[in-house]
Amino acid sequence: MLNDVIFGQYYPVRSFVHNMDPRAKILFVIAYIVAIFLADNFYALAAVTLFLIVAVLASRVPFGRVLRSVKMILFLIIFTAILNLFFYAGNELHVIWQWKFITLSWEAVINTVFLAFRLFLLVMGTSVLTLTTAPVPLTDGIESLLTPLKWIKFPVHELALIMSIALRFIPTLMDETNRIVAAQKARGANFETGGLIKRAKAVVPVLIPLLVSAFRRAEDLGDAMDARCYSGAKGRTKYKKLVFTWRDLVGALLLAALIAGVVLLNVYLGGKFAILDAFL
Amino acid sequence: MEAVRLENVKFAYREGEGSYAVNGVTLSVEEGEFVAVLGRNGSGKSTLAKMINALLIPTEGRAIVFGLDTADEKNTFEIRKSAGMVFQNPDNQTVASIVEDDVAFGPENIGLPREEIGRRIGFALDAVGMSAFRSATPSRLSGGQKQRIAIAGVLAVLPKIMILDESTAMLDPKGRREVMDVVKKLNKERGMTVIFITHFMDEALEADRAVVMHRGETVMDGTPREIFSRSDELEMYGLALPRAAYISKKLAEGGMPVGGAFRAEDLAEEICASLQKA
Repeated sequence: MLNDVIFGQYYPVRSFVHNMDPRAKILFVIAYIVAIFLADNFYALAAVTLFLIVAVLASRVPFGRVLRSVKMILFLIIFTAILNLFFYAGNELHVIWQWKFITLSWEAVINTVFLAFRLFLLVMGTSVLTLTTAPVPLTDGIESLLTPLKWIKFPVHELALIMSIALRFIPTLMDETNRIVAAQKARGANFETGGLIKRAKAVVPVLIPLLVSAFRRAEDLGDAMDARCYSGAKGRTKYKKLVFTWRDLVGALLLAALIAGVVLLNVYLGGKFAILDAFL
Repeated sequence: MEAVRLENVKFAYREGEGSYAVNGVTLSVEEGEFVAVLGRNGSGKSTLAKMINALLIPTEGRAIVFGLDTADEKNTFEIRKSAGMVFQNPDNQTVASIVEDDVAFGPENIGLPREEIGRRIGFALDAVGMSAFRSATPSRLSGGQKQRIAIAGVLAVLPKIMILDESTAMLDPKGRREVMDVVKKLNKERGMTVIFITHFMDEALEADRAVVMHRGETVMDGTPREIFSRSDELEMYGLALPRAAYISKKLAEGGMPVGGAFRAEDLAEEICASLQKA
């Protein structure tokens, strides 16, 4: 469990996608999301799916691993799908089934499938980013991309430092939590039985010592950082530098092609309901 | 050259209460000296240490590091560059998830160029014998290894003084040995001034000089041997002799002709010698 938390869902292999610049990958994910929402018919979504498959193959992450990320939001997808299915107002001529104010129309069916498809693509695409980028380069990438915000006095450096320290302290605090749980169990605390409320209450004697110790650690860390000459972003240099490579150029070209393709498919093959006209 | 001079320094955590954590200490440390500061919990030794690198500013008196007064804010950065500090809990002084990034933190803060930071990381990890762990994750290392990384992080700034504030207290005997070996090496080979705060008496034996603190004051100051030969006084300040010294003292009281060994090895030799004579 600990390892899962430390590295998020990072999948450590060497691959084309792993070796891309984190900044490029973040931008690509944004462009990919734009492509998903631009897509207006199933052909365009198929193009996005094709792109996703290529990306996953190039990342050398097993498809099963990528699919697992969908599991977490499966409930959300099903929930929105059901709502959509019965409450989407379609064309009156295409109603399949009706009961009081609940109607099921062909438009609703298509819309639901379309929405679920989009959500799947969205989650799988973004998880390629977190599967192929370790937390530290990811925060470095975010920091670098947010740099323009320094113009409006946004504390970019501080934010990035906070993120990386938080990541660094996760394993430490996990260990601490396990220790406190063991200590409270030794005094007869019960975490395993009882209803939801009883269990929630049992967490309190773990959280409070954890919080106290976190504050103490924060104070120690502050001293240690001061002692190591930390004085904010001013006059500070960075040891690790991010560099764009040919891989990022390839990625950029592919994404440009994807977006262009999606737009063309939208224009020439009509909206998602076009198939209805053909069949009904 | 004088590395540190404390002139009648006092420090109160809450001002105006009149209870001083450090209550009038005058102390001078020469460059290249290895000083152990001893004292029971709450004797003010950590407070004293924090005044040397301007983490705390004396309420009264002056703390001067290589001629710079810590009370002047303009000096703070220079003072911290020349006086590095290693703390007690190795987990609470690591900022990054990768060893080399953590060691780079200090050099980054003083604004060194990238190539120089790379060199400093190499040098510092080499000096503590952790070169093989450059891209490791600190949370997976042992306590002694983590503490050596913390020392490397301080070393990468190239300080002239290294203050270790009970840096061995949370380590197992092996980890303590590792840290002590590194510190001794830095002192002997690089002439690093070391201020080593501890309540392990055995560790004080490795120092050139030992200072005992009690209730915020320095009560004893001398070579470790001198200090440990005054065992009654030590006991008064809540400190015990090193194990070997204690046994040796008891043996002498019991009539065995052994005299003043402080280390286990020395004591063993003396006992053997006296047994052979008998």
